[in-house]
Order: sequence, then structure tokens, then C-alpha cells
Amino acid sequence: MNILESIHSVWHVIGRNKVRSFLTMLGIIIGVMAVIVVMSVGAGAQSLILNQVKSMGSNLIGILPGASDEKGPPASAMGIVITTLTVDDIKAIVKDNSHVLSGTGYVKGAETVAWRDNKVDTNFTGVNAQYIDVEDAKVEQGRFFSEEEDSSAARVAVLGSTVAKDLFQDQNPLGAQIKIKKTTFNIIGVMKRRGTAGMQNQDNQIFVPMETAQKLLLGINHVSFARLKVDTADNVNPVMEDARVVLRERHKIDKPADDDFNIRSMAQGLEAITQITNALKMFLVAVAGIALIVGGVGIMNIMLAAVQERTREIGLRKAVGAKNKHIITQFLVESTMITAIGGIIGIILGISISYIVARVAQSMGYSWDFVVSIPSIILGCVVSVGVGLVFGIVPARRASRLDPIEALRYE
Amino acid sequence: MSLISAKDLCKTYINDEVETPVLHNLNFTIDSGEFVAIMGPSGSGKSTLMHVLSFMDKPTCGEYLFDGKDVSKFTDDELAEMRSKSVGFIFQSFNLLPRTSVTENVMLPLVYTGDREAMRKEKAKQALVSVGLEHRLDYFTNQLSGGEKQRVAIARALVNDPKVIFADEPTGNLDSKSGLAVMKILQDLNNQGHTIILVTHERYTAEHAKRILRIKDGTIQSDEPVTNRQLADSASELVK
Repeated sequence: MNILESIHSVWHVIGRNKVRSFLTMLGIIIGVMAVIVVMSVGAGAQSLILNQVKSMGSNLIGILPGASDEKGPPASAMGIVITTLTVDDIKAIVKDNSHVLSGTGYVKGAETVAWRDNKVDTNFTGVNAQYIDVEDAKVEQGRFFSEEEDSSAARVAVLGSTVAKDLFQDQNPLGAQIKIKKTTFNIIGVMKRRGTAGMQNQDNQIFVPMETAQKLLLGINHVSFARLKVDTADNVNPVMEDARVVLRERHKIDKPADDDFNIRSMAQGLEAITQITNALKMFLVAVAGIALIVGGVGIMNIMLAAVQERTREIGLRKAVGAKNKHIITQFLVESTMITAIGGIIGIILGISISYIVARVAQSMGYSWDFVVSIPSIILGCVVSVGVGLVFGIVPARRASRLDPIEALRYE
Repeated sequence: MSLISAKDLCKTYINDEVETPVLHNLNFTIDSGEFVAIMGPSGSGKSTLMHVLSFMDKPTCGEYLFDGKDVSKFTDDELAEMRSKSVGFIFQSFNLLPRTSVTENVMLPLVYTGDREAMRKEKAKQALVSVGLEHRLDYFTNQLSGGEKQRVAIARALVNDPKVIFADEPTGNLDSKSGLAVMKILQDLNNQGHTIILVTHERYTAEHAKRILRIKDGTIQSDEPVTNRQLADSASELVK
């Protein structure tokens, strides 16, 4: 009796007990489905994060104030305010290296903004005039502010598309005057819709000149972080080195260990994010894997019951010449087929659910990729067959060791 | 040379270190083409003897030569091979697979002989024709009467063209008419040259054979030819 015939005869056994076979498979179906969905949704979420970071532009360098520690998160991310980085630092770096196309500092605040009787709670961001070039942002209406307006602390503002809509509805915001913290600003432009980038909604913001934000709105002299745009990817690393030299000189630092700043390229940032999200993904897969083990125990339970139930059949088969290996094969094929069919159903369901999740996320405006990796499908197949073999071996061996005379007498 | 030759054959069951001797030093031979009834009351050891003779169980001591081969030292797989190729079984309780067609039931022993699917079907059909069930090929076994079930079982015992057919109380679960039909088939098979070993506790059934081995308490009481043989052809039902 070859494997193909076993499969054929087992198919009949499964077909005869449709409900029970399905219930047995359910554990495997859920387990495999969970693994596929977790891997796919994990990859989708990862793509979302990476796409957001990438949408900022890939030739970017970020400068954060605070000690350099490549292993841990920057101090500023922990809410510690460090005041060592200034606009002059950024301007010095841009001036020093011709590969740096542009650079801007950032300061942020949240405030209630008023136009006539309309009030909106929103964020304002102080940036330099080169912001628009650094982040490759586009102006929809009007213009962005100039270097002169920046350095003279002009009271001008550019609205993000959401703020413009919230505050002005259908009216033209250009030329209107809004109040932020009792200071009146002239609206000179509205940004084009950008969606979420860098984990921040870019449309629910008001951009004001750096000088204005620092002096009039926040009363500070430092920037919270800075971004530089480099001409080509190849020049990113030399520019980073150069920027460090410039900053050490300006901050009078002798050795790199004393750096009071932290420079990272976008590539390093992507790598860090990828590492974190990968770890998260693996954890989730491990959790889903537990479902598979539970499913496997279910298979073993059912197969043990099946051996008991078919004791006479086993006895008869042995009486008419079946060897132990024939009986083992029969039961292993049965348990493996149940798990394999369950695995296939699980893979199909998992892909479907992942697809729906991706479509829903896309329809909500996220740049979410629908990713079903071949390895996850192979994993699903191998694991489900493996579960059948591993959890089927005990019942199969028990069946093969039955004494034919005893088995035939079994009631 | 005899087909079956037992020399000082014995069987002792060991359960929880308690030894229960069942067969004591049996000596006999059975030739090809014989129809032997092993007869004895329940507990006499006749079933155990059949199990040993039909390779379902191993003797504890003595020698069992089958077709010249000493089978008593065979491994489990070798015994399975013997069951597969050399013997056929008919059980008191039929032991057919439920929810399975008559043909598939008869094909079952061939699954383990390596015959191809088409060959199995053909052989199964021939065997079913020879027991008069050609009109039931595609029936499920639970749609058959008791007598028909036992005829399916006989077909299954025949299908691998065995050297010996063992029948363990084949009429025990049947009414007298069906029982007679089964005995007739066995006599016909014997007339065609098949060796048949019948195990029964009923004298009348045993007298359908040509020779009776009487067993009591694990020893052979008598071994003699049947003088007043019952012929299933001439009777209308099996008297019990």
C-alpha cells in the first residue's frame, strides 16, 4: 500500500466524519490563519511606518540635542528638554558643506488658534524658510515664508490643509488674520495635503517662522531638533562626519564621547525601526504559534479516540496481513491530512483577512502594503504538516502495537 | 510433506507473572486439501490453537512447520507476511468494515499484498462471484443479511488465494439456513482443493468436515476421520 492509496482511503474516512473532521481541523485552521495574519499585518504595519519615514525623504540627516547614544533612544524623545542646539548651529553646517542642500530647525507647541469667532486647538511648528525644501513639502495656495521674514520674526503663518479647513471652511484664508497666543498673524499660504509623515499629521499644523515661534510664542533660543537635506545618498555619511566636526567646534567639545548632540541618518532610523517592528512581529508569531500547539493537542486527542474507536478495524487489518508500518502509515497519513487540509484552509483565510485589513487601512488613507510573504505560507504548510506528524505519531504507534487477537475481541 | 506439522507445540499465557498453560505438547499434521474441524468446549484451547496455526500468535515452545518452514521463530513482520499471503480468515462476527462497499471489503487483504488497484478489483469480483454475491458488489455491508455478510467474509478469505482458510465458528452468529449455506460453500471450496480448518464447538457443524481434532484442556483427545459426514447439499437447514 503506497502513500497515494493511503491518502485516497483517508479521504473517505475524513469525508464520512465531516463535522468531526472539521472541528478537529479548526485548531489548525485558527493557528495557521493567525500566523499568516500576524505576519502579513505585521509586514503591513511595518511598511506603513517605513513609508511614513521614507515620505520625509531618504537623504535626510537628523540632529537631536543631547548625548549621542546609538543604542538607546535620544534623550529628547524621553521628554527631557536640552537647549544646546540652535539655529546658528544649523546655518553653520549648511554653510560649511556644499553637499548640504538645505537645513531647518524645528520647535513645536500646541495652542488655540482663533479667526473671528472660530477657534481651533492645533499645533504650531516653527521652522526655517528652507523647511519646504528639506521635507519636499508643497504649497497649495499662496506662498511659504522667506528667509527675510524668518530672520525678522515676521508675524506670518502658513496653514496646514486640515487647519485651513477647520478654521475657514470654504472661505479663502489668504490675507486673513488669525490669533495665536494673542499675537496676530497674517496668513500667507496654505500647504498641500500631505497626510501622515514621520508619525505626525502634517496637515493639522500651522507653520510659522522659526524666529517668530522662538521669540513671540515660546520664549526660547534653542531648537528641539534639526533636519538637513543632502544632495546624494553617497554623501550622507561624509556630511554627518562633517556636521559633527562643526558642532564640536562650535560647542567647544574636545572628544567625541562628550558630544552634546546626536546625528543620525534616515537610513539608521529606518534600520532601528525595522529592528523594533521585526521583534514585535516575531513575538506576535510566537503567540499565534501557541494556537497551533493547542490545535496539535486537539489532533492527538481525536486520533487517540479514533484508534480506540477503530480497534476492531485495526485488528482486522492486521489479521489480513497489515504490518505495523502499514498501520502507522495509515494513522499518520490521516492526522497529517487533517492538519494539512486545515493548514490550507487557514492559509486561504489568513490571506483573505490580511487582504481585507490592508484594503480597509488603504481606504482610510494609510500607505499600507498588502504583503503576504512566501515564507509565511511555507511556514504555514510546514508547521501544519509537522503538527500532524508530531501529534499523530503517538496515536499511530499505539494503533500499530495493538495485538490483533485482542483488537478483534474489542467491543 | 505435510502442509502443517506441529511437534510438541505448546502455548502458555503469562499475565502479571501468572503462567496459564493453554496448549500442551500437541503433535499432529494436516495435509494440503484436507477439511479439518477443531472441536472442543469453550476454554479447551481450540481458539488459541487456531491463532497459533494462523500466525496471529506465536507458540511458546515446540515446532510449527508450515509448508516446510519453521514459523515458530518468525518475527511480527514475517508473521504478518504469512497472514497476508498464505492464509484467509472467516470470523464468527464477520468483522466487515462498516460504511464500506462489499467489493472494498473483499479487496482489503490485497491492499497489503502489493496488487494493483485494477487487479484487486478483478480478484475481489471473482471471489464474490464464487460465493454467489455478484449482485451485491456495490452494496454497503450494513445493507446485507447475516448470511450475506458471512459470504462476503468468505470471499475476503479467498481473495488472496491462500493455502489454508481458517473459519472460527463461522455459523455461530447465523440462523440454521444461512449457516447451512456457509457450510455448503466451505465444502465446495474444499472440493475445489482448498485446505480448510474449521473451529467449532458443535458436533453437527464439525461433521461437515472430513476429519475432527477434539481438544480438551489443551490436549488432543482424539483425531479421527468423520465416518458419517454431513453434506450441506442434501440438507435443508443446519441442525444445531
